[in-house]
Amino acid sequence: MSDTTTEQTGASHASRRSFRERVAGLPKPVKLVAWVLLAVLLYLLPIINPPILTTPDIDFGGVLLTVTLYVLVALGLNIVVGYAGLLDLGYVGFYAVGAYGVAVLTSQQASWPFLLALPVAVLAALVSGVILGAPTLRVRGDYLAIVTLGFGEIIRLIAVNSESLGAASGIPGVGTPPSIELFDVPKLVWDGGVASVNVDDTSTFLLFSVVDLIPYYWLTLTVVFLVIWADIRIKASRVGRAWEACREDEDAAELMGVPTFKFKLLAFAMGAFIGGLSGALYAGKQGFISPNSFLLLFSILFIAAVVVGGQGNRWGVIVGAVLVAYLPERFREFTEWRVLVFGIALMLLASFRPQGLLPPRRTVRARKLEERLGALQEGGDRRG
Amino acid sequence: MDFLLDNFVALTVTGLSLGAIYALVALGYTLVYGVLQLINFAHSEVFMYGAFAATWTVYAMGGRAGASTGAVIGYLLAALVAAMAFSGLIALLLERVAYRRLRKQNAPRLIALISAIGASFALAELMGLRDKVADFLGLGEALRPYVRGARNSSGFPEIIDTTPLFTLGDYDVTNIDLLVITSALVMMLALDLFVARTRFGRGIRAVAQDPESASLMGVNSDRTVQLTFLLGGLMAGAAAVLYVVKIGSIRFDTGFLLGVKAFTAAVLGGIGNLRGALLGGFVLGLAENYGSALIGTEWRDVVAFTLLVVILLFRPTGLLGESLAKART
Repeated sequence: MSDTTTEQTGASHASRRSFRERVAGLPKPVKLVAWVLLAVLLYLLPIINPPILTTPDIDFGGVLLTVTLYVLVALGLNIVVGYAGLLDLGYVGFYAVGAYGVAVLTSQQASWPFLLALPVAVLAALVSGVILGAPTLRVRGDYLAIVTLGFGEIIRLIAVNSESLGAASGIPGVGTPPSIELFDVPKLVWDGGVASVNVDDTSTFLLFSVVDLIPYYWLTLTVVFLVIWADIRIKASRVGRAWEACREDEDAAELMGVPTFKFKLLAFAMGAFIGGLSGALYAGKQGFISPNSFLLLFSILFIAAVVVGGQGNRWGVIVGAVLVAYLPERFREFTEWRVLVFGIALMLLASFRPQGLLPPRRTVRARKLEERLGALQEGGDRRG
Repeated sequence: MDFLLDNFVALTVTGLSLGAIYALVALGYTLVYGVLQLINFAHSEVFMYGAFAATWTVYAMGGRAGASTGAVIGYLLAALVAAMAFSGLIALLLERVAYRRLRKQNAPRLIALISAIGASFALAELMGLRDKVADFLGLGEALRPYVRGARNSSGFPEIIDTTPLFTLGDYDVTNIDLLVITSALVMMLALDLFVARTRFGRGIRAVAQDPESASLMGVNSDRTVQLTFLLGGLMAGAAAVLYVVKIGSIRFDTGFLLGVKAFTAAVLGGIGNLRGALLGGFVLGLAENYGSALIGTEWRDVVAFTLLVVILLFRPTGLLGESLAKART
């Protein structure tokens, strides 16, 4: 490879890099204000009901809630798949543990308040992650995928077959988070580009009910912000670097003194924690859960969200989750085709853009290095 | 426990015939894994397409209950040819579309697995939406009997009367049990001989052992990989015919569960090991039957999955070890 090609590839990235640099170069208060504005905009999204974006056939607030739940799940799965490089095909299992934990404690077996059941359910998900991870994380990567796939199905089948878990018909009457009714927020209606306030259609600030899902959206969005914050902190810490090292080369990491097994288990447990959290929120929102909400298909959709977006890059993963959750709702008339489309999309992505739509910067750098190395060993080892 | 002991022979015979089907599908996983170290997750769909091909063929020939023995043999042979051809074709297509590019790029194994999962879902859904696809192509009316109820089970015409042949213990072994077990054994023997004795088989073993040296020795590794997929597809097609004869129906999503079980069988026997697949299939079929007799039929799939997890933890190389390369007797 000559120097000209390096320059060319550099030039093709120039515009994006300069944007990133420009953003990074902004003074801190400006950045903070921009973030806050973005957050406020996101909170207000179901109130604004922007045309085009809004879903014509079903409640926009509900769709936004689904999208946020997917984002939460994708962030959790990204820790396992993207950071630590462990392909988990049974992630829906943790989601199910969280959801069933809340449902059993608030409705089926006891009548705990939601806020008490939530931490217990999430803890149960975390423990199940450790129980599954401790023995399985020692097996080979692709075997791990199959073991986790089996785990996800076992969890679902146990739910289907246990009377105490509501069997196939599921658990109704799941508790909701406590409501504090403070004030009503009217929504906007759009008529050909002109917005007007609709006083009849309001959302009560923090009244959690099946009728109005917007307060759940606010709650979940807040959780997502907290998780993103934690994610940024962890990724930049020693733990994040250790995960990266495990993913890139486990043996080398172990030789350098990184206890790879411990860190992989930690990633697994954290992923399970976030999965359980989103499952618990899902159960609270849904008010009723059944084993059909935890099919293997959802594990695959979660994986699709992470892979499509760019595993290892939290922003990419968020974009992936939004796409995977939002597009089928927006274009509802095509819902039945969605699995087909995801299947084909996964295949195409794996072949043509294995790093996803927004690959992490780290991967881009590593690939360039690899290209240069490959050019050095010209004609060498093609397979190896 | 009493139920298990009272029906021991029955459970054993049905377990063996189920295991024979698992074993035939497991061969596809084992062959591809042995050569490419790749879990061909979409192999279950290769099986499912074969089962549909068999069902449609018999349906198109007008097969129904009460046909003469000669006609039944004709139907079965036609179904076998159609299923093996269709499955083989799908397997080759899969190799071309989902894997070849990745193989050339030497992509990480997990990326290949993701591509395989995508292919698996796409293939299953394509079958599940075949009525819509046919309508879209303007063939909806012409193909109505084949595409209707795309999301429900399609029944296989009951061309064979289940008749007891002889009594073993207190269980009447039926002609279907015998047909399934013997044909599976014959197919596997043929494959084993093919891999152990022929030039092509030697090529497969060589590529499994060391792809680079093999290609230096004049083995066309692309062709060999294609051949491996084709062989797996043919075996899956045969398994598909036995499956629809035994179970009586097929659905677009049947492949997934059966695929995971067949993969379990492959791992159980030692993935990459042809005879291991046979042993693994039988062990899994028996374990499932005994297990569900002990703790209830609704736990059947849990038994299979738990077995998979336990095997991978304690003996990831399986009962007979992983060695397609050393398949020579």
